[in-house]
Amino acid sequence: MPTQPIRPTRREALKCLAYGGAGTLFTLAGGIFTPMDLALAAADPATVAKRGRPLFVQISDTHIGFAKDANPDVNGTLSQTIALVNAMPEAPALILHTGDITHLSRPAEFDLAQQLLSQLRTTELHTVPGEHDTTDPDVTEYFSRFGQASGNRGYYSFDHAGVHFIALINVLQFKAGGLGSLGAEQLAWVAADLKGRSASTPVVVFAHMPLWTIYEPWGWGTGDADQLLALLRRFGSVTVLNGHIHQIVQKVEGHMTFHTARSTAYPQPAPGEGPGPGPLKVPADQLPRNLGLTSVSVVKHPRSLALNDLTLA
Amino acid sequence: MSVGQRRFQLPLLCAAILGYTAAGGGVRAETPTPAIVVIKDFMFAPMSVTIRAGSPVTWVNNDEEPHSVVSDTGLFRSGGLDTGEKYSFRFEKPGTYHFRCSIHPRMVGTIVVQ
Repeated sequence: MPTQPIRPTRREALKCLAYGGAGTLFTLAGGIFTPMDLALAAADPATVAKRGRPLFVQISDTHIGFAKDANPDVNGTLSQTIALVNAMPEAPALILHTGDITHLSRPAEFDLAQQLLSQLRTTELHTVPGEHDTTDPDVTEYFSRFGQASGNRGYYSFDHAGVHFIALINVLQFKAGGLGSLGAEQLAWVAADLKGRSASTPVVVFAHMPLWTIYEPWGWGTGDADQLLALLRRFGSVTVLNGHIHQIVQKVEGHMTFHTARSTAYPQPAPGEGPGPGPLKVPADQLPRNLGLTSVSVVKHPRSLALNDLTLA
Repeated sequence: MSVGQRRFQLPLLCAAILGYTAAGGGVRAETPTPAIVVIKDFMFAPMSVTIRAGSPVTWVNNDEEPHSVVSDTGLFRSGGLDTGEKYSFRFEKPGTYHFRCSIHPRMVGTIVVQ
């Protein structure tokens, strides 16, 4: 796929689509999920078809309300992402939003985000909150809109097409040093939720902050994630999806694939570059290279993950 | 304090409160009332402020990234502060009050009330 020449028209289209980072399409092939850059998926539906059946799309970090230099039009880039999903040859049945729906948890931001997301032509939108969604003094704005699925706890599970999905919240209690935390109550709930499930059931776990430590000084991890992973280890296919860091980072460990999604709003610096994980403003002429198809991941065979980087410039 | 360092443009307000931040992070300072804590480059400055009981503390976010001020004990919680926004809380009782940013919880600070 990366070796194919890109025609100018497609190249231009990808430049537009890649501006906001688009999203990630997941296909199910042989019981293993294949995360694939959404912009590339739309550009080359034949390749997607060969890889399996579209099952769901992950979008993340839409940050509605953000209006600074790194992207003055986050509404526009979310709308582009939505148009991309709606234009897919075979509509995904589910959309997962892995948090930071809004920038400042303000009612108007949530209202606008809901209005934009309602344009997705899909029957199911599943969300988890990011820490930007829970900064309001009473932590009510997210839950009043999206709390029903979880009984206002923030964590819940559901099944689709034989796959078990677990949505977790790791942004309410923080570990010393700033890592996210799941907490004993939520972990006990996961243990009960998984009890008795066949190890052959594919499991997708999604939460906002990474469920493995990517960069501790910036809090890019979850302090008690090891207890969660211990519960998941017996399953033959586990896919862990996160947002938060506005860039793709992936790893495979045994039967577990870990993957963080791009933001639809703005990029963030690589771990440790600069004073902290704020918006990264890149020069316009570098934008295609920085926000382009920087990571396309393909599972060629179970337990075998191939990374391909394809940039636009 | 280096104003305009990197790509950030510090609001004028910053200039007005330079005196309060001169002590720098991590230095406990006897701070005149009202005390001001500046949020910049993912840090509270100064990290520790000492005030008299009944005095307010005002936090000002001079970062491009939003931050918040949340008491470890739940005594106060600012909500998200965008660039240039402020939050104030009056401390009535003597004691040591730890706080952090709920968005970047590695950012921590202390108010000592005498």
